Amino acid sequence: MNENPEKYLKKDICKNINNKISKKFVEVGLEKILACINCGTCTGSCPSGRRTAFRTRLAIRKILTGDESILKDIDIWLCSTCYYCYERCPRDIPVTDMIIKLRNIAVEEGYILDNHFNLAYNIFFKTGHAISAIGEDNKKWRALRKSYKLTSLPPTVHSYPEALKECQTLMKQVKFQDLLEGAKNKIERDLKNNE
Amino acid sequence: MNNLTSENKWKYALFLGCVIPNRYPMIERSIRDVFDELGAELLDLPGASCCPAPGVFRSFHIPTWYVIAARNIVLAEELNLNPITGCNGCYGTLKDVWYDLEHDSELKKKVNKELQKIGKNYTGKYEPKHLVQVLYIDMGLNYIRDFIKYQFTDLKVAVHYGCHIVKPSKKRPWNGEYENPIFLDEIVELTGAKSINYKDKFMCCGAGGALRSAVNEVAADFTKEKLINIRDVEADIIINCCPFCELQFDLGQIEVNKIFANEIGKPFNIPVIYITQLLGVSMGLDPNRLGLIRNHNIKGVSPFISHDSFLKKIKEQF
Repeated sequence: MNENPEKYLKKDICKNINNKISKKFVEVGLEKILACINCGTCTGSCPSGRRTAFRTRLAIRKILTGDESILKDIDIWLCSTCYYCYERCPRDIPVTDMIIKLRNIAVEEGYILDNHFNLAYNIFFKTGHAISAIGEDNKKWRALRKSYKLTSLPPTVHSYPEALKECQTLMKQVKFQDLLEGAKNKIERDLKNNE
Repeated sequence: MNNLTSENKWKYALFLGCVIPNRYPMIERSIRDVFDELGAELLDLPGASCCPAPGVFRSFHIPTWYVIAARNIVLAEELNLNPITGCNGCYGTLKDVWYDLEHDSELKKKVNKELQKIGKNYTGKYEPKHLVQVLYIDMGLNYIRDFIKYQFTDLKVAVHYGCHIVKPSKKRPWNGEYENPIFLDEIVELTGAKSINYKDKFMCCGAGGALRSAVNEVAADFTKEKLINIRDVEADIIINCCPFCELQFDLGQIEVNKIFANEIGKPFNIPVIYITQLLGVSMGLDPNRLGLIRNHNIKGVSPFISHDSFLKKIKEQF
């Protein structure tokens, strides 16, 4: 593995980059994306691309050319983050991290799937877990825990309400809640505009 | 173990995550029992939260991912212990966040500024580990071998590593090996079982990266491909080291049988077993405690694919 990908970067391009999406990558230190030569090793290594229309190379290309249609393309949510593209990229671009960042930008712009909004807002923010064992619906899972001689709730945020508050404080501080509410408002506004 | 030694050298903080405690508690049972038997001490991490999941929550907001993960690592620091996890997703989050904070002092400062407001401080003194890493590197195969009481004479295992235990390889302890690792196969073969090769063995199960919650059918399509390859080599069981992969192979097998009924021929029925469940039976632990036997009438819970054919093998061979 080459430990020095910076040598591939064309500093002048880096400085002059002026499209909104790729600027955001540069801002968070992911400027390595500019070293992409569009070889397609990522697409060739992608288990999702074998069965869907998701093309990693094309997604990176769209970022670089500032094609914002990529933000609302559901295909960017079809990556399973297996990291083959990341490992095999001949330019040492951390491709999977780029896809994650692209998704962050998409959410900022209000593009989040309903399932994901629900998972983030109604489960993770409210319970501190991504998969919870509290509430009437999850009674069977608590009973299952007990059948293996475990406490009916695990010794996590589920058992320590003050710990959950800590997590929620942190999430509010870094504006996770605002981000999700903003995305939800944008979705609702767009729906109205389309009517 | 010698109880007179003042400090157990294998003392860790057990980070549970979400899927293990809340959907596959038999995995939690088997981790606790097997590590106890091996002379390790696992302390709870009171008040730990979701890692947060590297596929979903990291995809929504990277800053949230960093601070919540850092808080979880701090809980272990407060116990002066390395956090260990049995989940590839939790491992991916905790290890990557730890690695990133070790290599970026500005980011570490930023994260600490947030943590300050809940009265916590992150140092990074304790590296998060996967429990397979503890078994293979900290303890070693020779140490574990002494605990093996029964060996299988005929058990063909399809080993599934999952992705985040080996990748990204520069942030993992396997000397950069990601195309063809063997550590999990070696642990499996301590039990006398035979790890058999199959097509695209290292392929993803399909669950990760927020894919299962985005488009379940695509996740199931990954799983179908793996299941076909595993069935082709006539594996008796699937062994894994990640509860989300386990869920995807177990519950996912039911989904594959339904969604792809017309193209798979006979429905799949391959037991999915977690590494400490396999090690545990071989170490002579009660299959009841390892969660291999169903002792309840609760409906609609894991495991969704019966373990019976595996139990039959144990009865025949031990």
